[in-house]
Formats: sequence, C-alpha cells, structure tokens
Amino acid sequence: MAKVTRAAWTAILMLAATPVLAQAPAAGDTAGSAPTKTPPPITGAQVYTQVCQACHMADAKGGSGAAIIPALAKNPRLAEPGYPVGMVLQGRGAMPALGDLLDPAQIASVVTYIRTHFGNNYRKPVTEAEVKLMAGQ
Amino acid sequence: METGRTTRRQVLTAIGMVGGSAALYQAMTTMGHASETQFAGPPKLSGARTGASVVVLGAGLAGMLAAYELSKAGYKVRILEYQARAGGRNWSLYGGDTYTELGGATQKIGFAQGHYLNPGPWRIPHHHRTLLHYCKQFGVALEPFIQFNHSCYVHSSDAFGGKPVRYREAAADFEGNVAELLGKAIDQKSLDKELSQEDREKLMEALRDWGMLDKDMRYKTNLLSSEHRGYERPPGGGVDGAPIPSQIFNVHDVLNSNIWRNMAFFMNHEMQTTMFQPVGGMGMIGQAFARQVQPMITHNAKVSKINQDKSGVTVTYSDTGTGTVSQAKADFCVCTIPLGVLNQIENNLSPAKKSAVAAVPYSNSVKIGLQMARRFWEEDDYIYGGHSFTSQDIALVSYPNYHLFKDGPGVLLGAFASGAGAYRLAGMTPEQRIEAALAQGSVFHPGTYRKEFQNGASVAWSRVPWTLGCCARWNEETRKTHYQTLVAVDDRVVLAGEHASYVGCWMEGALLSSLDAITRLHKRALEA
Repeated sequence: MAKVTRAAWTAILMLAATPVLAQAPAAGDTAGSAPTKTPPPITGAQVYTQVCQACHMADAKGGSGAAIIPALAKNPRLAEPGYPVGMVLQGRGAMPALGDLLDPAQIASVVTYIRTHFGNNYRKPVTEAEVKLMAGQ
Repeated sequence: METGRTTRRQVLTAIGMVGGSAALYQAMTTMGHASETQFAGPPKLSGARTGASVVVLGAGLAGMLAAYELSKAGYKVRILEYQARAGGRNWSLYGGDTYTELGGATQKIGFAQGHYLNPGPWRIPHHHRTLLHYCKQFGVALEPFIQFNHSCYVHSSDAFGGKPVRYREAAADFEGNVAELLGKAIDQKSLDKELSQEDREKLMEALRDWGMLDKDMRYKTNLLSSEHRGYERPPGGGVDGAPIPSQIFNVHDVLNSNIWRNMAFFMNHEMQTTMFQPVGGMGMIGQAFARQVQPMITHNAKVSKINQDKSGVTVTYSDTGTGTVSQAKADFCVCTIPLGVLNQIENNLSPAKKSAVAAVPYSNSVKIGLQMARRFWEEDDYIYGGHSFTSQDIALVSYPNYHLFKDGPGVLLGAFASGAGAYRLAGMTPEQRIEAALAQGSVFHPGTYRKEFQNGASVAWSRVPWTLGCCARWNEETRKTHYQTLVAVDDRVVLAGEHASYVGCWMEGALLSSLDAITRLHKRALEA
C-alpha cells in the first residue's frame, strides 16, 4: 500500500470540509416544449374526459393488470365526498395528486359529476368552497 | 515518495483508504475528474455464503442487473416477472407486435421491418456511464441520437400567426434582441456600478459578436443576422451567387414563441449532446440484459404477497396464464416493482417503508409513433433528426435518427406528451390518439402529414398494465420525509429502480439504484 505523505493528509482534511454536492431535483426526460395551450376543461364531464378517463376509463370501470385501477362506477366510497376530494387533491399510490393540475372549481365539478354518474347517485353537489377548505386555502 | 511532492494519485489513494469510494468520488470531482457520474465501475461483490439465495422481483434493467451481479458474486438468483417480455420500461414496439393496454384496447403494430416506436426511454446522455458501461459489456451497438437540430420547427399558437418557424430563426432573433438590449443598457450607463470600464468594453464586444449586431450595436435584417438565422436566398455560385438576407421577426412574436424554453432545454445537463440510441431500438438493451440472466427468469408471474421472517423471504405469485399459485423462497429479496403496483401487493414491510411506497405518485406520458410512406421531412424540409416543438398536446414531433436518406417509409415520433396534454391523449382510444397526433402534427407539415400517413401506435403510460404510470415523481417534501426510508434495507428486502434514485425517470437511475441496493444487501447478507 502506498505511503501517505503529510501533504496528502492535508488534502484529505480539506476535502472532508467540502460540503456534499447539492442535489437538484431531476426532471426526467421531457419533450422540452412550452406547456400545452389547449384550453383547460371546465365542466365535470370535461374534466372527467380530459383527466380522470386516462386511468379510470371512459366507463369509469377502471382496469386490472399487475395491479388495479379502481372502478369509480357504482363505488360506495364516493358516498362521503371528502374521500374523492382528498384523493384528487393528495393522491395515493398510483393515484397522482392533481391539486396542481386542477383548481378547486374543476375538482368540485368533477367530483360532483362522478358522484352523479356511472351508477352513482349522490345528489348533493360538492362546492368549490368545500374543496378549498380541504385544500387548506 | 518521501520527497515532499505529492502526486494526485497518492492523494486519491489516501482518500480511498480513509473515506471509501464515496469520499474518493467526492475528491475526484473536486479535482476535476469524473464530475459527470457517480458510477465507479461495476461492484466488486464476492464471497456470498454457500447456498445463499436472492429472489428478484421484476425483470427490468434494475432487476436484471441485480440478478447478473449477485449471481456473479455467488448467490442463487431467481427473477419473477409479470410480463412475457423482459426489459420493463426499456421497450420497443415493432411491426407484428401486439400491445393491450389497461381497459382492454389492443393494438396490432403495423410498422415496416426495421422501424419501431420506443414507448419509454429513447435517448441516452453521454454521461450515463453505468448504462453505457453495461451496453458495451453486453454487446449493445449504439449510434448517435440527433438531439439538437437547428432546422427543426418551433410552433406556438400565440406567435407568428400560429405558423411554425425554424428553430434557428427564432433562436437567433432571441439572442440578437437580448444582445442589442443589453448593449443599450450599457450605453445608458445602467451597468456602470456592476462592471468596470474595461469589462463593459469587453462585454460590448462579446454582445456584438454573439448577437450578430452591426457596427452601431443594432440587430437588423442583414447578412450578419442571416449568418445565424438563415438567408432569404442562400449563397450560391455564378451570376446569382450573392446571398439575400432573411427578414428578422418582430420581437413580440419572438418572446411569445417561448423559444427560450427550447433553448434552455438543450442546456440541461441531461439533454446536452452527445446523446446515443441503440441500433434497432431502445429495446435492444433490455434484450441484451435478458441474454445474461434469461435462465433465472420466471415470466407471467404476478406477485400477490411478499412476506419476510427470521428464516427468509416468501413471495407468493400466480401464473397470469393458468392462474396457478406458487411460492418462491429465498434468503433475500430485491424488489424493483414500480411503487404504484407494489403499494397494492400484500406485504409485511415496516410501516415506515409502506408509507414511503404509498407516498410517491407516478407521472403520465404518452408517446405516439406514426409511419409515413416517405421521409418527406428530409426530402421536402431538409430535416435530419431532431425535434419540432409545439404548444399543442403532442408537445413535439421527433424525426428518426436511422435509415436517413433511404427510400420507403419512416416512423416519426408523433407525440411525447406530459401533464395535461398526456392525460387528454391517454383518455382517448388508440384510434382517437392517432387522429389527434395527425391533426396536431400537420401544423409542421401541412399537406404531407396526413397524405403520407400509413399506420401508427400509441402507448399511454397511465394505462400500461404493469406500471400504472410512467415514473416516480418525487418533490422536495417527499424526498425529505420518505427517500431514505424507501432505499434502506428492510431486514431481508431492498427496493431498487429509478424510483429509488436521484436520476429519476432515467435508465441510469435504475442501474445506479440497483448497484447501490445490492452492495448494501450483500453487506447485510455477510453480517447475518
């Protein structure tokens, strides 16, 4: 093994004081384009078609592979409106948090839409104010 | 050696002795070496206990690399894979392939022989040394990926009347205008406090040269600006050899075009040239890894339970074809299952680990491949590889880097959508996606795009049955709360994959995570 000179040890001590490299969040591979300028969805049906349907499917029956995308059709967990609002805002597991993509009005519209369609019949609309409250706004 | 002079090698040796490889890496970085990667060569694992075994969950790149290195170290390794194919997100779709997404929509791929769509990774930065190392070791032929092409188009609905312009025109005008304005600021003495007289003069000279400004420091329609943005009539020979300059754009349109986003994109470390791709499609990498570990893989295995106790790890799985339920037992487990899927698998990992698994959502992304009857982008538009950017949902059209100048068809990347655009495209049927891609992509090549279209294929990652998403999306908060818990060895189980790295959504991250995970697991195994 090589002998270590005093100068080498000095270098080591100096390096030990060097702070660990700061980690910048990696963005992954993206297109490099400006964000899409397609007008955002407004009504509950529009939000469902343009966002939720990507995973939960047009018939809201979800899908099954290595794991499951849950069905929103005839789903008794929608009875309590806080559950779907919370899931949309915060996400969980494979369900992404959509609080940055959708504003409270859009979330209220789409949760109301889901709770009154696809075999669900929870008539009381969810309001923008309720979503804002849950989002801590 | 006692002469008082210290060589760099002496210092590095000393650092390696006291601090291990992490300190050595840090030191090398400080001294100007190896600053582009944490890869320090393949792991030197050896001396596994006789009969020690590992079950690896997932035959993506992370899982296959773990299996390869652990079996070399002496472990008995078995891989369980949900799909009939190894490679995971490293994947190419070829003519004759069939792909069924969540929800049941099935596409029969119709691409001509030799053409493909890379639904997942499609370009490799030159500093992804781990991936490049194993590509070389496993015999994957690589070719340049044409990342940056000044001739491609930039389109925004808010600029140039919605008409696409060439990247070089918009970029040159952006730089020319910025140079002129900064020159004016110096003239108006706005920077006298910041810069000395000498530095102001140097900066003026730089702005004139860089921005193609005239002697009065103005950016104008002339042969100077045309040297960057292109000519109305390019230089030629003989009688009409003299060039005619092109007309510069209105500065308002240049700013509205968002060209700076595209310019800045190419400055990102991971997007800088040189980039590479495997000859024949990205999936060649997964195939090459699979050749190293194929006998260890059990395909069509859907994991339903992961249980560890004092004696080992028991993984329960069912055959997706027959439904037969089996168990795989091993001393240790490397789990590379994507988090959204793992979150739904019964397990007895620690509560903190379970929270970490549930806390990281996955991004969405949509890629669409379009086969065109002829390479009109080359023949009509002089575009050879690279990307045309748009503010529509498809985000870009990217031109193939292979079979250049050939007669016959070519497959374009007709969409690489993310965010809102990707959700919109993912929610469509495969047929609707192709229609949207044709409608939006036509903005760059009106008249030819639809006319030359032959067939297409799309992959919406939120509907990929074995991931339920594209990549793990960490943020500062989740990194702080959950990252160390996620990567820590949990008794006999360790997680690996791009989700367990800071090089998220890249193959390199999956491999670096895998090497780190098995190094720690091996240490744990020797201590047992």
